[in-house]
Formats: sequence, structure tokens, C-alpha cells
Amino acid sequence: MDEPRAPDEPLARRSVTRNALGIGLASGAYALSFGALSVAAGLSVLQTCVLSLVMFTGASQFALIGVVGAGGNPFSGAATAILLGLRNGLYGLRMSPILRVRGLRRLGAAQWVIDETTAMAITQPTEPLSRLAFYSTGLALYVLWNLGTLIGALAGQAISNPADLGLDAAVPAAFLALLAPRMEGREQWVVAITAAAVALVSVPFVPQGVPVLLAAAVGVAFGLRPGGGTVTAEPSLREPA
Amino acid sequence: MIWGAVVVGSLCCYGLKLAGLSVPRRILENPRVERMAALLPVALIAALVVIQGFTTGHEIVIDARAAGLAAAVVAIRLRAPFLVTVAVAALVTALLRLVT
Repeated sequence: MDEPRAPDEPLARRSVTRNALGIGLASGAYALSFGALSVAAGLSVLQTCVLSLVMFTGASQFALIGVVGAGGNPFSGAATAILLGLRNGLYGLRMSPILRVRGLRRLGAAQWVIDETTAMAITQPTEPLSRLAFYSTGLALYVLWNLGTLIGALAGQAISNPADLGLDAAVPAAFLALLAPRMEGREQWVVAITAAAVALVSVPFVPQGVPVLLAAAVGVAFGLRPGGGTVTAEPSLREPA
Repeated sequence: MIWGAVVVGSLCCYGLKLAGLSVPRRILENPRVERMAALLPVALIAALVVIQGFTTGHEIVIDARAAGLAAAVVAIRLRAPFLVTVAVAALVTALLRLVT
């Protein structure tokens, strides 16, 4: 992330929207592969597009088509997707005091509460920048993710192997870039390393989607731990990576 | 069958997002919940990095993605912009697959 430290508002806003577009483009490219893989897994173009429009949370979508593609029960795929989607509810808890939305606006904003928008928003130094980051990332993602999905689904086998383009590495790299600015203290490192280890070690033994939830439990446990140090929920003191 | 799973899964995922935004704000005024809300994304994003970078299905796998992620770490250390970091990871991964 390259947002400036000085309260240079126009510059900071430009940086935020540029990063939002970057995330949107990266996800759009990944959505191409989602669309193609989903059709290859046996879903129709319409079902694929409904997933991106209504579910709109990449990991859950990949989980669902993964189970269907492997010949599993579609509803167990849906259950995995929902388990994975739990974390968006926790992100909502985090985003609610920043967004402060009600009524119809909340119904709309809720759809954009996902990994990328939350990570972008909570790494900004001020609340207005956080909101700008949330809405600009949400808009770029929603438009490009759905466009990418449609094109990918229509193209079908044309982009059947996103791995050839290294897209499967682009997504964890994006998460890494979003994680870096948050690693400001010892406790963050302990939580990150513990959570990553728990997730990785549990992968062979639990259903897909569960390792991420176990990692979430690590975060919750550290947060609720009595006598823990002070960790600011407001990222006002965070420095760029 | 697939339609049912698509609709139920999608609506539940949306419902979870909405529920998160709808929880009363005073719950967040508890310092422990505030700490939890701050540490939770760290835990989740760290897990997503390793799950998406080092696993395939139920197996732990070290492949070209690891090289891409290593390149991303270097890019981040050099304070490269977000998009450059992501592009470098994809490029290194794709090139490595091309030559192996």
C-alpha cells in the first residue's frame, strides 16, 4: 500500500481510488477464471452469474463450485460457502461504526462487506478515507467481478486454466499486501503466525472453509484474552507497509 | 438441486453480511470486542494467504505459487504499490510454470 502519511487529502483520495481500481482489476481477472471454472463444474451461465451477483464473496463461490465440480452434494457445497461467508458477518461488525448506514443504504452496503473492501477500509488513516476506500473498492469489485464472471462463463473453456497466468498466486499476494500494513506490533505477528499455522495444519483434516474459521477463532481468542495489551481498533497510527 | 444450493447459499451469505452490519453499535464499545475486531482480520487474512498460497484441496502443496508469494514479499519490502505486488506474484508464478 502506498497511501501517504501526511494529511494530504486529494493525494490520499487519489491513492485510495487507484488502489481500489487495482484490486478490482485483479479480481476481475480472477473472476474470468471463476466464470470459466464454474461452467466447467456443471453450473449454467445464469447460475454462475447469480453466484457473483448475490453471493458476491469469492472464496465462498469457489468453495461451492469446487464441491459441485468434484461431484459432491450441491447443498454441502452451499454449507461450505456459508461457513466461509461467516467471516463477512464479522467484517460487518468491524465496518458498522465506520460506515454508519441505515435502511436501504445498509441493505446495499452490506453486499460489499467482503475481504478486500474491509481490508482496504480499515487500513486507512481516517474515517472519510475508510469510507471512500470501502465504497470505491466495493464498486470496482462488484462491477469488474460480475463482468469478469459473465465473460469467463461465456468463454467457457477458453480460460480453463487460470494457473497458466499465475492468477492463483495473485490472490494470496493481494491478501499479503493487504496484511502488511497491519503488522505493526508483536501481537499482530503472533496472531497472524498462529492463525496461519492453525489453518494450514487443519487443512488435511477438516472440510474446506473450516481452516479459515479456525483461524478466525484464533483471532477471537487473542482478542478476548484477559490482560492482553492494547490494540487500537482504529488504524489511525498505522504506517504504510 | 444446483439452483437450490445456489439460491440458499447466496441468500445466506448476503444475510450474514447484513447481520454483521446490523448488530447494535454498543457491542463494539467493549474494549475486548474492539481488540477482537482489530485482531480478527489479521488472523483471517493471514490464514487466507497460506490457504490460497500453499494448499490445493485438502493437501499442503509447495508449488510455483510459493515463488510468486516470495516475490510479493520482496515487492512489499521495497514498498511497491499494491498492483505491482500482485502483478509480480502472478508473473513470477506464470514464468516459473512456463520453464518447469
